[in-house]
Amino acid sequence: MRTTAFILLAALAAPAAHAVEYGTVLPKQSSIGFEFRQMGWPIKGGFKRFTTQMRFDPAKPESASARIEIDVASIDAGSPDADDESAGKLWFNRSAYPKATFVASQVRALGNNRYEMRGTLTLKGKSREMVIPLSYQPGKNAATFDGRFVLKRLDFGIGEGMWADVSTVANEVKVNFRIAATGN
Amino acid sequence: MSAATRYSIPAIVLHWLVTLLIFVAFPLGVYMHELPPSPTKIELYSYHKWLGITVLMLVAVRVSWRLTHTPPPLPSSVAAWQRQASAGIHGLLYVLMIAIPLSGWLMSSAKGFQTVWFGVLPLPDLVEKNRELGKLLTEVHKILNFALLASVVMHVGAALQHHFIERQPFLQRMGWNRGHS
Repeated sequence: MRTTAFILLAALAAPAAHAVEYGTVLPKQSSIGFEFRQMGWPIKGGFKRFTTQMRFDPAKPESASARIEIDVASIDAGSPDADDESAGKLWFNRSAYPKATFVASQVRALGNNRYEMRGTLTLKGKSREMVIPLSYQPGKNAATFDGRFVLKRLDFGIGEGMWADVSTVANEVKVNFRIAATGN
Repeated sequence: MSAATRYSIPAIVLHWLVTLLIFVAFPLGVYMHELPPSPTKIELYSYHKWLGITVLMLVAVRVSWRLTHTPPPLPSSVAAWQRQASAGIHGLLYVLMIAIPLSGWLMSSAKGFQTVWFGVLPLPDLVEKNRELGKLLTEVHKILNFALLASVVMHVGAALQHHFIERQPFLQRMGWNRGHS
């Protein structure tokens, strides 16, 4: 009896003993959105299809890894007309650059379930180092990782030629994302 | 008697203000919709929408003024069928001056572009973003504008006909000249 109880206890205690490492992403509960100003007014959009590979142990952020690959064709640029226009050479040049990627290089804890993620964002073939604040929310079924940052579209050549004029379509794009993941 | 041959000052001011705005918004709409996407196109669309919503607001004022103020009677020389036609065209003009900006507003929402009056007053999107609905409302907006064009031609034609062919003093009804009888 004693041995059985001990084994049961050990089994129950096991998940707690090894901190959860999140690695299975739930695409339906994950999202990537953005917001930019046009004629001074915010327009919301996002990407509907992207894949995320990640390993993240809140207790060991330094060993975390993440790679997000976005299908540029899944863009919602706020309107069907803008979706069509965004595919063109002056914007995302989608036929030449169908994917956008983010690869995390370093994650460090800021305390209180907040982290700072550094990584490389590659859009339209141009790569830029980004520093993204992340908040981690443990959940019953899945944990969520929320991040938001601002990028300048012209850093990536998003909107060339006449669209480089930022008085109509602003240069700053607020990006927000949520990655939901379970441990495995 | 001079007062009875002329619309009230607010009615006259509103008439010409709305006329001016429509005469800018209409050709602007004809011109801009053919343009390839560009920042200029985005700006022109915004200006067009601001004009249209301004017309909608002014017409709301016009309608309430018209309902509470009797217009000057038509000269006795105007035939009965012309009186009926006049009432019909005026009614149609009012309907179109409301329906056209409204259809533009809805079309804009369906196409995913919220209308923000002068960049400061966001109008609610009354319909969902929907490509097909956007196309449909674009057609509606266009057809209503053709109807407006035809109505304005008849309206102006009738006024000019009464004034210059029938030689009845008519244009002063909507004129600026206070002294004219």
